[in-house]
Amino acid sequence: MAKNLIAKTGHLTRFILRLDSIKIPLWLVGLTFFTLIVPPAFVGLFDSQQERDAMAETMANPAMTAMVGPGDLGNYTIGAMTAHQMLLMTAVVAGLMGILLVCRHTRADEEDGRVEMVRSLPVGRLAYLNATIITLVFASIALAAINAFGLYALGIESMDFEGSLLYGIALGATTLFFGGVAAVFAQLSDSSRGTTGYSIAILLVAYLFRAITDVSYEALSWISPLAWVTKAEVYSTNNWWPILLMIGASIVLFIIANYLNSIRDLESGFLPAKPGKRYASAFLQSPTGLALRLQRTGIISWAIGMYVLGASYGSVFGDLESFFEGNEMLGQMLNGDDDVSLVEQFIPMLMIVISLLATIPPIMAINKLRGEEKKGRLDHLLGRAVSRTHLMGSYLAISVVNGFVMLSLAAIGLWSAGAAVMEEGLQFGMIYGAAMAYYPAMLVMIGIVVFMIGFIPKATSFIWLYVLYSFFVLYLGGLFQFSEWIGKISPFGHVPQAPIEEFTWGPLIVLSALAIVLMIVGFIGFNKRDIESS
Amino acid sequence: MSLLQVTNLTKKFGKFTALDGVNLEVNSGEIFGFIGPNGAGKSTTIRVLLGILKATEGEVKIFGKDAWNDAVEIHKRVAYVPGDVNLWPNLTGGEVIDLFVKLRGGNNKSKREELIKKFDLDPTKKCRTYSKGNRQKVALIAAFSSDADLYILDEPTSGLDPLMEKIFQECVIEVKKEGKSVLLSSHILSEVEKLCDRVGIIREGRIIESGSLTELRHLTRTQMLVQTKEPVNLKELKGIHEIEETEQGLSFQVDTEELDNAIKHISQFGVLKLESSPPTLEDLFMRHYEGTEKAHDTGVGGGK
Ligand SMILES: Nc1ncnc2c1ncn2[C@@H]1O[C@H](COP(=O)(O)OP(=O)(O)O)[C@@H](O)[C@H]1O
Ligand SMILES: [Mg+2]
Repeated sequence: MAKNLIAKTGHLTRFILRLDSIKIPLWLVGLTFFTLIVPPAFVGLFDSQQERDAMAETMANPAMTAMVGPGDLGNYTIGAMTAHQMLLMTAVVAGLMGILLVCRHTRADEEDGRVEMVRSLPVGRLAYLNATIITLVFASIALAAINAFGLYALGIESMDFEGSLLYGIALGATTLFFGGVAAVFAQLSDSSRGTTGYSIAILLVAYLFRAITDVSYEALSWISPLAWVTKAEVYSTNNWWPILLMIGASIVLFIIANYLNSIRDLESGFLPAKPGKRYASAFLQSPTGLALRLQRTGIISWAIGMYVLGASYGSVFGDLESFFEGNEMLGQMLNGDDDVSLVEQFIPMLMIVISLLATIPPIMAINKLRGEEKKGRLDHLLGRAVSRTHLMGSYLAISVVNGFVMLSLAAIGLWSAGAAVMEEGLQFGMIYGAAMAYYPAMLVMIGIVVFMIGFIPKATSFIWLYVLYSFFVLYLGGLFQFSEWIGKISPFGHVPQAPIEEFTWGPLIVLSALAIVLMIVGFIGFNKRDIESS
Repeated sequence: MSLLQVTNLTKKFGKFTALDGVNLEVNSGEIFGFIGPNGAGKSTTIRVLLGILKATEGEVKIFGKDAWNDAVEIHKRVAYVPGDVNLWPNLTGGEVIDLFVKLRGGNNKSKREELIKKFDLDPTKKCRTYSKGNRQKVALIAAFSSDADLYILDEPTSGLDPLMEKIFQECVIEVKKEGKSVLLSSHILSEVEKLCDRVGIIREGRIIESGSLTELRHLTRTQMLVQTKEPVNLKELKGIHEIEETEQGLSFQVDTEELDNAIKHISQFGVLKLESSPPTLEDLFMRHYEGTEKAHDTGVGGGK
């Protein structure tokens, strides 16, 4: 009986591996690349223990702890440094890879009717789910192995084999765990959007919860699986238990997913589905209304997420302030300029993270146009009295407003929480201005997508690589000095970093103009080409 | 008067020529059947008609306007049912119908309700729960509740059961009565035969035949079955095919233009029984199909 349930799992696994034979390696290469370029860079930048200790000193504050988690600052070797500054962030991306991989082959395949086809063949009812899980396990093992051996192969003194292995396995285990979360949500939710949405929400909540508890009450942070990654204390005490806990938890999730899958009907879920409307509301009856309606849940969740993100960063400002008060030497070291308060010096770094995260929802909003095209649903609109300019304009308008709202909400969140916890308060104009300075750069990213949809629609999803590039280059660029041009390849690298740098309009105007040109050209392309549905 | 005119339409996808010099004409008030095997180029032609694909060469005019440049103007008077009806999984059928009708302009609530009842669709269900046939119903209801002048329907019945197919045919006949025109693509020949005034047959991107059904029947054969007192010898006659001795008698096919000669010849042998069946579109289709296959064998013709 049990054997029948999983009959032909092996065949399906090979099938899924073949389907993903490009996607998975791309993820692995991307993740590994950023893991491996950092330690040698650190070696170059922080050659002596003295320099590293100075770095540790700057890292020893609540804002950094909120962002990257606690680290072994007392013994800040190159290894400890890498684990502290890189591991958690990389783990978040590794978790995302697990989520997308699992969602793709569970709910998404089910929604599109592919699972039904597979089930009609002589394969077990749980075979497809388990083939996906096995693929996930393979991907996790590969990620762990490549990173472990890669790090060890760098031959850096403080990066021993055990630590490297733990580093790799911590990444693999995170992929496994969040893949497991997605496998469970694929059973609970009845749509692929719901599955991805809920899973990513869990990932973000895990990150934010860890950020808040790491700063306020560290014992509580054990509740967040992402905290387990930092609690492994890679390259210092090499604590294996949290990672084993993570693998164990993943197995529990797989079992739950299997159980839920076995007791539900194909294409149904457990979370309640709303009863449908008989008529369309007046709002829905236009291309813009439709586009908004399709993205409604996503936009609202992101909006809440952005506010919470801003607020969680803002909430550590109070700790930051008292921390600096107690540490005069550090205060003097940082405070080169008397006009700018200590807290304000951390704002540019926060803004880069915030603005890049806030760029994700508007890109998703404009990419949706391409998604609709691929699913063959644009024909319905273009086959009626809707022009291409109108159609693309609707999606672009939503995207542009979306980005503005996301950035504003994060800034408001940061300001409101910061002002509440700081003694001297926080200037709203300064925070909001620093955030809005990134808006033109965000528009350039949107413009690039519009351009790609117009001329090279098949390449549209490459924008994510560019976002990822911008994130790593600018986030890391703040930690150690890359050559300037590396940051300038990203539009975000041209934004004046208020309040540290002087605010200038020049780059912002150039970026805005570039965005507008890209958009106009994109519209021309979209008006000239075939609509391609797959 | 011609409502839709396609002249020398060529469409290439990269190096692959999907349409190769297609000519078509749909006149006001007529139902035009557009038939051909899978992959022949029906959907591609229709998507060019709607300005969704851009013609590589040739001219496409609907209501005297250019299908690409004046798409929006044209679409105000066109109702379209795509070949693959993909809908938004989290909208209900009712919502989608309203949206579609509204986007075309115009609104006919009572027609909508009537059609929903006729097609037996539950409009409160989310589209993700709909089968292919139900999704097609949504598109058909939206199309027929709009007041269009031209209906472009791409294999609209491929997912419908026979009962629903019948209702579909009633809808087509009704719009024809109102003087509207229909372009109906199909590979179901009986349906086309029942509904259409004229047909065009497409294969491998070329129109291989077009005209009224009566005109086309001239190109086809009649199936005959005869019993005679004395054995007949048909060997010497022109235009006789597929001769076969059966228990009921002698079965064969006659080219339509040779029918007269054949009957005269057979009548000399004392006819006991004579049955004839009209050429079906199926025969016509199969003949062309065979024809092209043969042409392929000798390396002549072919769309690629
Ligand atoms: N976007 C496209 N790119 C490449 N080839 C295509 C594309 N769309 C259709 N084709 C090809 O054009 C031919 C005609 O397809 P189609 O018009 O869908 O046929 P039909 O509707 O008659 O079944 C097929 O061989 C198909 O593979
Ligand atoms: Mg087709």
